[in-house]
Amino acid sequence: MGRYIGGRVVSMLVTFLIIASLTFFLMKLLPGTPFNNQEKMSESQIQQMNEKYGLNDPVPVQYVTYMTNLFKGDLGVSFQQDGRSVTTIIGERIGPSAYLGFQSLLIGTIFGLLLGIIAALKHNTFLDYGSMIIAVLGISIPSFVIAGMMQYWVGVKWGMLPVAYWEGFEYTIMPTIAIAAAVTATIARFMRTEMLEVLGQDYITTAKAKGLTSTAVVIKHTIRNASIPIITIMGPMVVALMTGTLVIEQIFVIPGLGEKFVSSIMTNDFPIIMGTTLFFSILFIVVILVVDVLYGIVDPRIRLAGGK
Amino acid sequence: MEKILEVKDLHVSFDTFGGEVKAVRGVNLHLEKGETLAIVGESGSGKSVTSKAIMGLIPNPPGRIKEGEILFGGKDLAKMSEKELQSIRGSEISMIFQDPMTSLNPTMTVGKQIMEGLIKHQRLSKTEAKSRAIELLKLVGIPNPDTRVSQYPHQFSGGMRQRVVIAIALACNPRILIADEPTTALDVTIQAQILELLRDLQEKMGTSIIFITHDLGVVANIADRVAVMYAGKIVETGTVDEIFYNPQHPYTWGLLGSMPSLDTSEEELIAIPGSPPDLTDPPKGDAFAPRNPYAMKIDTELEPPLFKISDTHYAATWLLHEKAPKVEPPEAIKKRMKGMASSKPTMVTKDGERNG
Ligand SMILES: Nc1ncnc2c1ncn2[C@@H]1O[C@H](COP(=O)(O)OP(=O)(O)O)[C@@H](O)[C@H]1O
Ligand SMILES: [Mg+2]
Repeated sequence: MGRYIGGRVVSMLVTFLIIASLTFFLMKLLPGTPFNNQEKMSESQIQQMNEKYGLNDPVPVQYVTYMTNLFKGDLGVSFQQDGRSVTTIIGERIGPSAYLGFQSLLIGTIFGLLLGIIAALKHNTFLDYGSMIIAVLGISIPSFVIAGMMQYWVGVKWGMLPVAYWEGFEYTIMPTIAIAAAVTATIARFMRTEMLEVLGQDYITTAKAKGLTSTAVVIKHTIRNASIPIITIMGPMVVALMTGTLVIEQIFVIPGLGEKFVSSIMTNDFPIIMGTTLFFSILFIVVILVVDVLYGIVDPRIRLAGGK
Repeated sequence: MEKILEVKDLHVSFDTFGGEVKAVRGVNLHLEKGETLAIVGESGSGKSVTSKAIMGLIPNPPGRIKEGEILFGGKDLAKMSEKELQSIRGSEISMIFQDPMTSLNPTMTVGKQIMEGLIKHQRLSKTEAKSRAIELLKLVGIPNPDTRVSQYPHQFSGGMRQRVVIAIALACNPRILIADEPTTALDVTIQAQILELLRDLQEKMGTSIIFITHDLGVVANIADRVAVMYAGKIVETGTVDEIFYNPQHPYTWGLLGSMPSLDTSEEELIAIPGSPPDLTDPPKGDAFAPRNPYAMKIDTELEPPLFKISDTHYAATWLLHEKAPKVEPPEAIKKRMKGMASSKPTMVTKDGERNG
């Protein structure tokens, strides 16, 4: 297991390097420079700024400088908020995003599991079809449409919840629902399939033949085994969640990382774009590793194979 | 002898898109205390459905018990509530299944899987149940039960898994054990060992066994009585001797002919021609008639009743009617019956290895 994780960490580092380089060069393809949208600045001032931030150097030199600094843990400073380091800015912005992400993941997972379990246990009944209609809607309607509709009806028409901003729990409800919808739908469909698969297994008959109650059979033998493979879709799920927050934070004006990311693309604030991208990448790479390790822990068949 | 289970006129059907599959069509059988009854028949003849009906495990939908009684301890299992059935399953009547590779939960230790029944039926504490589980593993011949108890199924070989399955089934000292083809998925040496184990345990615990198989060869080794099943009905029933030395139903002849026998290994096997009927639309008359070389006109029109040959021996074939022509089983099968007589007592030796 230790060797396995060691190998994985090395490949994670390589992945990270590739992502860092790719982002760097892709960013250089963005039209415009960081300072051409500040009308107040004169040509010479802009030149001065370019000089200061090393933007006049040839791109390969900039790349080497960037990567060297990166390894020192230095992500540079924002071009737009003079002097403030990227790490500080990410630090400030991480709170709302993390909160929204976790809350959506939690809610989405709980409801997804419930819907999937109900659908499978009531296979081919009204409840099954109902759950799956909800699931298909949840997957096919984009989160920004859900967000927009909620803002209009719940927020404006009925005035039940605040339309935007981030000032307390009630401000988190609509964004959470918007993001959690897709999570719920994906998990519900996956769980239903897994449940039906497990319910047809011989060992379920064995469990019934022991005289266990149907509840015990469902909880101890079915749900447990059906939910193990859910871990495998948690990786892609977290990605979907992160991209989801990008849009949703924008729509609800939430001072999170996603909102900052989008606005820094608008202003060509290279260090911020780089920093946030790298931050999201690390998060994703780590999630995938955790998912794999977790899978090995939960499923005894893999645990043994990994331990050898 | 005391009848501990009696199945009367059992009908089980499955409602499918293709229509009603009449899987079991009027089965009558009984089980005596301490005996082993073998139910033999080709695949699809309704053996598993019959045993699942006894356990109350027919999946509904699509299946249902249409008619009949399953009498056990003065009660009719066919009419019991799910809750009552749950208290009988695993404690009074247990079942072991065909494939030990799939009949254990892969994510639960074998110990826990044995303990579940003990905790539910005998209200043992976790520690008590665990030490009982270790005893049971020892009883079914698993070495190092203390460490094995906390291992997972994938750490066991097929034969060892089947022993675990047997331990689960016997955990609460059931009065009846239904073994549905428990050795079919295992190789020959392991098969013999599992049969040996079942016989041993039966002797120790006095369990009555319903042993389901499509292999008559296994029957000689384990059963006291045999019920031959075809297309959802029992077509012949008798003691092992009666079925092997004096079979009356042409289907039983067919089974005997297609059974690989040890002394006559040179000789070719005689497969029964044709295939079992479609149970959504079973033929009128004797369901075996289309495959029966001795079929008479009446076989296509009227279902044969059970004719009595002795107090223990019955067969449902018109050949036993007084007006029917006398027919003898084919020569090859007669020769085999003789061969069987000499080989039967030595087929399995004390240590469970097969001769031959
Ligand atoms: N769940 C089910 N749905 C539909 N038909 C079934 C089902 N289970 C069993 N059957 C049918 O019942 C008949 C008897 O099956 P079974 O008892 O399993 O035979 P076997 O003697 O091989 O154990 C078969 O024709 C099979 O197709
Ligand atoms: Mg079967």
